[in-house]
Amino acid sequence: MSTEARADVITGDWGGGVLPYRVGHRKLGMWLFIVSDSLTFSSLLIGYAYVRASNVWPTPFPFAPSIVFSSIMTLCLLSSSLTMVMGVSASSRGEKEKARKWILLTIVFGLAFVVLHGIEWKHLIDEGLRPFALPHEWIERWPGATPLFGATFFGITGLHMFHVLTGAVYLFVVALRVKKVSHEDIEISGLYWHFVDLVWMFVFPLIYLLSIDIGKVAH
Amino acid sequence: MTAHTADTEHFAGSNRLFISIWFWLLAITGLEVFLGYIHLPLFYMLTILMGLSIIKAALIIAYFMHLRFERMTLVLTLIPALVICICLFAVFFPDSFRSLGLRNPAKAPAAVEAH
Repeated sequence: MSTEARADVITGDWGGGVLPYRVGHRKLGMWLFIVSDSLTFSSLLIGYAYVRASNVWPTPFPFAPSIVFSSIMTLCLLSSSLTMVMGVSASSRGEKEKARKWILLTIVFGLAFVVLHGIEWKHLIDEGLRPFALPHEWIERWPGATPLFGATFFGITGLHMFHVLTGAVYLFVVALRVKKVSHEDIEISGLYWHFVDLVWMFVFPLIYLLSIDIGKVAH
Repeated sequence: MTAHTADTEHFAGSNRLFISIWFWLLAITGLEVFLGYIHLPLFYMLTILMGLSIIKAALIIAYFMHLRFERMTLVLTLIPALVICICLFAVFFPDSFRSLGLRNPAKAPAAVEAH
């Protein structure tokens, strides 16, 4: 940055009547919410790592079908992020109708994720996994394993699923009002959606990929 | 990064860029799943997966969440504090390893065994 440009930025920023971050207050608010929500998820994941490192931990997910299944869920979420960014991009060009279609497609991917995740949950619940109890077969296979597996699994993925669901509702409202809301408002809903995708980028490896059943008692 | 003054309304980045970011995210995820398939030891697995996840997170934040095209002031307000807070959580882990040693002396880490 040249000296003149720097001087211009400083006087511009401190002269009043401007937005020092060059973003609106709603967008800044969403960013601050995302920072605080990141800490919520970080603390949950660190709590999970804490109990996992201090206990015998079951590694119950077979590569097929569990990991293949959760990889497809990851694909859904990643693709929903792409459609969202396409929607925001269309809205920045003023093509609101196109933006609405992209946002609706994003919701479809998001709901597909929730449905797939629901199937996964049902499968584990049918096996006998509960928030504070393991299935009998798991206890025989991993003697002394902590019953907190279910608490961390349902707690973390449940909170994430709740975020996906609320995100879908949020996006639906934005899609309905797409012509009334400003471009920045659409961008803000996109920020939230990408954040939900971002969280899954940590939940998926930590919860699923580190608990792959390798066919013998894990240490 | 230069200050954006005139183009705040414009959403930078082409569709082509976003598709290539999506492709890279998929490729890294594919690599992660492949690492799971070949069963690396837990420590290597954890280290590599966290490294790859941080790269993925950075790609999402920088391009999808558009932070790369925002002002540096915003980046500096949001990111360093968050990273420091998350790193501070690590202070709990020595206690976690100690608990493992108490529950199961055979698996105690070296530092516990020395006493």
